[in-house]
Amino acid sequence: MKEISVTRIRDAVTKMVQDINVNYPKDIYQLLKAASENESSQLGKDTLQILLDNADIAANEHIPVCQDTGMAIVYVKVGQDVHLIDGDVTQAVNDGVAAGYEAGYLRKSVVDDPLYDRINTKNNTPAIVYTEIIPGDDVIVEVKAKGFGSENKSTLTMLTPADGEAGVIQTVLDTIRNAGPNACPPMVVGVGIGGSFDYAAVLAKKALFRDATIPNSNPKYAALEKKLLKLANETGIGPQGFGGDTTALAINVEYFPTHIAGLPVAVNISCHITRHAKEILS
Amino acid sequence: MIHLELPLTKDKIKDLKTGDLVYLSGQLYTARDAAHKRLFEMIQQNQPLPFDLKDATIYYVGPTPTMPGQTFGSAGPTTSARMDPYAPTLYDLGVSCTIGKGYRSKVVQDSVVKNQAIYAVAIGGAGALLGKCVKKAEPVAFEDLGAEAILKLTVENFPITIAFDTQGNNLYED
Repeated sequence: MKEISVTRIRDAVTKMVQDINVNYPKDIYQLLKAASENESSQLGKDTLQILLDNADIAANEHIPVCQDTGMAIVYVKVGQDVHLIDGDVTQAVNDGVAAGYEAGYLRKSVVDDPLYDRINTKNNTPAIVYTEIIPGDDVIVEVKAKGFGSENKSTLTMLTPADGEAGVIQTVLDTIRNAGPNACPPMVVGVGIGGSFDYAAVLAKKALFRDATIPNSNPKYAALEKKLLKLANETGIGPQGFGGDTTALAINVEYFPTHIAGLPVAVNISCHITRHAKEILS
Repeated sequence: MIHLELPLTKDKIKDLKTGDLVYLSGQLYTARDAAHKRLFEMIQQNQPLPFDLKDATIYYVGPTPTMPGQTFGSAGPTTSARMDPYAPTLYDLGVSCTIGKGYRSKVVQDSVVKNQAIYAVAIGGAGALLGKCVKKAEPVAFEDLGAEAILKLTVENFPITIAFDTQGNNLYED
């Protein structure tokens, strides 16, 4: 059985959390650039240009793109033919997050108890860690640094089957309108449809890990993404909520079978940075 | 283009209009969620405050740590609405400007008008660009809060857009 040391996972996480916080993801930068060329509002266009300038300053001078360097969300997909050695994989991920946030001079934004003491853990751990068993003998590590200005505007709604596509569209647009300028538009929106109460939210998060320039592989859902993006950009919220036709850069939808009685819809709002990275350890 | 020197006395801001782009230079104070909670408790207990609120500008920000060799870290605005429960009291005590991002409550807007103050927004997510406007940073209080400590920042040409002006206009409702 192939052995992979958890220290490799740790080191990959350390590197990725630093990288995504100073370098804009290529897909998002490409969409932002295109939007700045097409935006019809002058204030909107100027605002998008400032965001592009900010991205360049961050990369060139090694300053985090945004001061909210996020809570780390890490997917570890482990091939079923791999034996992980040298310790606890969750601990390795957290060690990687702590080392990366320290070495990269990133902000530590995690508090230990969500309700009462709210004391900062001072190393940005724990991360949210998802593990998944996949076929093969690789380990895939995917990292997001999720800011909470946008996370706070996300929603989960249990629609009924009769609500159908119109209900889904209404839910997504209501969430976007309610997020408005608080979510640092132009937004990237992850939508999870189906599954269960909890799984719809996981799907919405997974949607945000997907390259924002690649549509859903199912043509029906790709069409839905396109329709949602057009409607989102017709809200007029615009860059930073200053008005304009760039309210969202992309809307990624993921779906899963669900119960005969249900139509769960989760909308995970993300900002114009949407930091994500992936590394395959083979 | 409008350039203003901090502190923002009432006469400097009375003619500013919602949507105006203003470049600020001078000294302002940082404070976000945890610092506001503490300031508020100090006010309720009539304790002396760590800085003078008269004509003060408060910037809602939790910057990244400063890298060696750099002046300051990434420092874009955080969501203002979370500070809404505290803002009217601070405006009443003399704060003339708050800077953050996004929507705020009607209660805050009414307080802004009543006190002839302003609420301004900076570009959310432009942390690297805004951080470079900071020329000096000095700790003022609550250093145990890390990124949420109160700092006195000396800024140069720090860009803000007026969201609530003294006349009751709202950037997000036009």
